[in-house]
Amino acid sequence: MSVSLTPAAVRHVKKSLAKRGSGIGLRLAVKTSGCNGFAYALEFVDSANPEDECFDSLGVTVVVDPRSLGMLDGTELDFVREGLNEGFKFNNPNAKANCGCGESFAV
Amino acid sequence: MALLQISEPGQSAAPHQHRLAAGIDLGTTNSLIATVQSAVARALPDEHGAMLLPSVVRYLPGNGIVVGREAQQAQADDPENTIVSVKRFMGRSLADVKVAAGLPYQFTDGAGMLGISTICGERSPVQVSAEILAALRERAEVSLGGPLAGVVITVPAYFDDAQRQATKDAARLAGLTVLRLLNEPTAAAIAYGLDKAAEGTFAIYDLGGGTFDISILRLTKGVFEVLATGGDSALGGDDFDHAIAEWFCTQHSIEGLAALAPGAQRTLLAAARAAKETLSVHDTAAVSLTSADDKTQQAILSRSQFTELTASLIDRTIRATKRALRDAQLIVDDITGVVLVGGSTRMPVAREAVRAFFDREPLVDIDPDQVVAIGAALQANILAGNGSADDDWLLLDVCPLSLGIETMGGLVEKIIPRNSTLPVARAQEFTTFKDGQTAMSLHVVQGERESVAHCRSLARFDLRGIPPAVAGSVHIRVSFQIDADGLLSVTAREQASGIEAHIEVKPTYGLADTQISAMLKDAIGSSKEDMALRSLREAQVDARRLLDATEAALAADAALLSEFDLKAIRQAMFALGDTLETEAAVEQVRVASAVLGAATDGFAAQRMNASISKALSGRTMDSLA
Repeated sequence: MSVSLTPAAVRHVKKSLAKRGSGIGLRLAVKTSGCNGFAYALEFVDSANPEDECFDSLGVTVVVDPRSLGMLDGTELDFVREGLNEGFKFNNPNAKANCGCGESFAV
Repeated sequence: MALLQISEPGQSAAPHQHRLAAGIDLGTTNSLIATVQSAVARALPDEHGAMLLPSVVRYLPGNGIVVGREAQQAQADDPENTIVSVKRFMGRSLADVKVAAGLPYQFTDGAGMLGISTICGERSPVQVSAEILAALRERAEVSLGGPLAGVVITVPAYFDDAQRQATKDAARLAGLTVLRLLNEPTAAAIAYGLDKAAEGTFAIYDLGGGTFDISILRLTKGVFEVLATGGDSALGGDDFDHAIAEWFCTQHSIEGLAALAPGAQRTLLAAARAAKETLSVHDTAAVSLTSADDKTQQAILSRSQFTELTASLIDRTIRATKRALRDAQLIVDDITGVVLVGGSTRMPVAREAVRAFFDREPLVDIDPDQVVAIGAALQANILAGNGSADDDWLLLDVCPLSLGIETMGGLVEKIIPRNSTLPVARAQEFTTFKDGQTAMSLHVVQGERESVAHCRSLARFDLRGIPPAVAGSVHIRVSFQIDADGLLSVTAREQASGIEAHIEVKPTYGLADTQISAMLKDAIGSSKEDMALRSLREAQVDARRLLDATEAALAADAALLSEFDLKAIRQAMFALGDTLETEAAVEQVRVASAVLGAATDGFAAQRMNASISKALSGRTMDSLA
């Protein structure tokens, strides 16, 4: 079981964490909401919970709670630029369908 | 596919529930918009990668509108319909901008604010600003992929209520929700995280395209207070271009920039600007001008020559800085940090001058063009509820000018001082001046000066039905309240009877009849004169009260006095009355008051004894015990 970050994502997360001044890493999670059943969440982590799984991806600590991990296993988080917009993108092998906006998905 | 941003712990937005917030620097020359994404604040570029949007709006036949660079390029060909520097007209009436008679626009006199006749009909400065804001909003919504929940817009620290209200109206017209207006120097300080310090005093040196502003800020307990502002509304990067162009003309025996054809002038100024920018990185720069007959003239400008050429311009900024420091009653050593704002501070000459004056390295890490917008974006992010738990700071709005009421002698009693954080409520007790006074007229004024004549009148109302009583024994509580939207309400209440009078004051555009920055500078510059006037008026009011009291006492108990004493008192009263009528100096009024006071000392004691013996007569020791 693992999740990982692309080098572009690592660069951006490190920059964001440095700018924020605090935080031990990045949390990836799945919440039950949105038009397709599940939605991704991306948050800074100030302290990990005891049940959380922690992964190291090129120096960034990635924190995932056990419930989300089942749906995120094998996910690669990328940082991309699309026109004027830039942000993070989940490449999740478990997702069967994405909604048009990409903010929620189904497994 | 939508792209995600990192949120603060526990604050991930549900899908389609973004709270996008942005900061907008609505400048005289250029405007820009910035936002916070994944804890990093950055300015948003347009589709060509340009961050700055020239604050220029051009109206085309058939209701077409062009904003930004394209409009700026048409400025020379269509000056009447191309509105530049509209910020200078915000919240201003036609009478206020008479000084700017050299402008190509057809002004009309609108309700409280001027209008500009364009090919699309009359447009108010609010509408023109709204076009600039709408262009920025569109840029942000394309960039961020959703509608903006709210924005923070920056305004100069010296903007008055009318100018701030006009800015808010422009935002509303552009379909934006204003979370807050923020002072530009404060935004710059926030961008550098100066608000994270416990306290400090900062100088914000803002040299833009056409304006220079210097602000002295003090941070105490998370609130930035503007101690002093100063500057020059007609000094900026453009003047440095002109200096180079004029130098070029003397090099090639051209009589001056004005002697050239308009097209050649523009080309030369553009070349001068390019040379100026080159000199920020290199030691020399070439300026060349190709005339209509294909003859090319060239000159090489070195950095030291440039420094020499522009010494007088730089000197003007330093002089204004010194003035602002003096106004704030500070010395250079009191300043804990200096922030450079505005594209023109990229010039090494400006940086060196600031460094030499303050004897410290100014903060320059953030792009000086973007620093204000970035500070606004940080504030917007927090106000929109996207901040982390640590970011509990909330900068508060402050009222830009003191509010007070007129008291006897044409003086202003300040009730809400300048820079009070909003919302605010303050009350003060006043009393009657004459015996048996049953009404009181309240005059609400705004300004820093001590005399009503020099402040701005906001409203007048009367409190009637005060129970007749001896002067000074009535308690009238006057409360001022400003809510979060800047709406002022004033209540006067007589404490014993509970009678009340109330008025609501909505700042109007027409109110801004004199430039507020001038008013502020004026107040500080003439504080000595004001204090002298104040002490004179106070002495005069005291003298009148003494005269009234003596007169009343004489009417009641003149019989107690010997003819000699009565004559002495009458003489002293006459002398004091004379000093009032002739507007004598404050010392003379005080001396005459003291003479009358001394003359009536014995009389007061006699009256006291008389009234005591009256009260005691016919009573035995037993009944008193």
